Amino acid sequence: MRISIDPSLCQGHGRCYDLAPDLFGADDEGYATLLVPDGRVPADLEDGARLAAANCPESAVLVLRDAVTEEVTR
Amino acid sequence: MSVDDRFTSDASTLRSDPALGTFSEIVSGPVRDWATDFSHTGEEWARGAIGIWDDLRQRCPIAHTERFGGAWLPTRYEDVAAVAYDTEHFSSRGIIAGNFRPPRALAPVGGTPPISSDPPFHHDARKLLLPAFTKNAVGRQEESTRAFCASLVDGLAGRDVVDAAADYAQHIPVRVIADMLGFPPEDGPRFRRFVENALEGIDLPPEERLARSSRLFEYLLVQIRDHLEHPREDLTSYLLEAELHGRKLEPAHVAGTMALLLIAGIDTTWSAIGASLWHLAGHPEDRRRLVAEPGLRPRAVEEFLRAYAPVTMARLVKDDVTWRGVEMKAEDWVLLSFPAANRDPAQFERAGEVLIDRQVNRHAAFGLGIHRCVGSHLARMELRVALDVWLDRVPEFSLADPAAVRWSTGQIRGPRALPLRIG
Repeated sequence: MRISIDPSLCQGHGRCYDLAPDLFGADDEGYATLLVPDGRVPADLEDGARLAAANCPESAVLVLRDAVTEEVTR
Repeated sequence: MSVDDRFTSDASTLRSDPALGTFSEIVSGPVRDWATDFSHTGEEWARGAIGIWDDLRQRCPIAHTERFGGAWLPTRYEDVAAVAYDTEHFSSRGIIAGNFRPPRALAPVGGTPPISSDPPFHHDARKLLLPAFTKNAVGRQEESTRAFCASLVDGLAGRDVVDAAADYAQHIPVRVIADMLGFPPEDGPRFRRFVENALEGIDLPPEERLARSSRLFEYLLVQIRDHLEHPREDLTSYLLEAELHGRKLEPAHVAGTMALLLIAGIDTTWSAIGASLWHLAGHPEDRRRLVAEPGLRPRAVEEFLRAYAPVTMARLVKDDVTWRGVEMKAEDWVLLSFPAANRDPAQFERAGEVLIDRQVNRHAAFGLGIHRCVGSHLARMELRVALDVWLDRVPEFSLADPAAVRWSTGQIRGPRALPLRIG
């Protein structure tokens, strides 16, 4: 699983870094940042990623199935 | 260093001449039909707003009134969101829907930037404030807020019935914002009057409203001059030193932003704390669960924010437009009811129920789009700490007299009298 933030949508509500503080952080103005390289989500944090995406008021958090992983697991 | 000559004139220079704005006829009296004659200033709204929105959402989702010189009230989530995102048709020059519209020439800055600002000015004015209101930054207020809440509870000792709105919730945001702005904490009761004047005196005669708002700017000027003489580490000194586009801020920008920070954080947070305690007083099963499971409280806070969102914003229609089937006229108000949006069954499962363990909660209590409440992290901290302290110290409480609970009128919704029986 991979996550990304759409900076054109993020308004700094901070729900993602409240709910999944291991995956998301805040910059100096409160906008969300990714704490995991390339947005790759460790397996044990996938629930947090989904929760963050489902609670973002601006729908700025995207959760993507990783194409390579998907191919391997398919 | 040269003397700062921006603040040598009297307080009337800190804002545009209100006489350049427009006044509409004050229409009061009972509402005939909520779909065509709504008013957010009466007791019926204070008591029953939630039911009014639910009714309108089904039969007339964008209600209208001729009062306030013309105003609209969308009640569906998708319509509220669409207005919030549409800065092309809707201006933030006016954000308190009433019988006074600020002068048109004030756009795009507005009287209280950045909440009153439109793009492109809005972005830069907002950027000035963001660093002071991040989750990290407001975290520095948490310890003192917790201690203050505890001292308020100490002060209730020995009483069977307390007014949780007036004796507890109200004081918390007043103290926090006074600390942040660097105003004397003993001035709290004056802030309360400034807030009332700005937000609740909608149907007062214009002369009276203007006289009252001048008192706010006179007070701010005193604080500004004190900070110029004695600079310190607070938001007032920060704004006095801040630069935009290579220059220090215009005096009206400094004072307008100070007015905003003073007004916007008080009634709103007070309302959220009070509404949460009101809910818990009437729902012992939720109260007992949150007392026993502190880990659940952050999620409950989000649900209280959804179900009892205190803030309705407003916009002014820029030009005549047919918008989603209704004919909006230039200068009409649009009430941006985030509370109504938050109860739309098309957006939320079991929208009418308060589920303190709701997992998926994409609520809009702090707005949507570029005007997301700058103080949202501060408000969340205050609400969480206020409930923590109360639940840990006063785990047993109930409504002392449900009929004595009084809700506010206007755009900020919360209990203003909340007698609770303790123990």
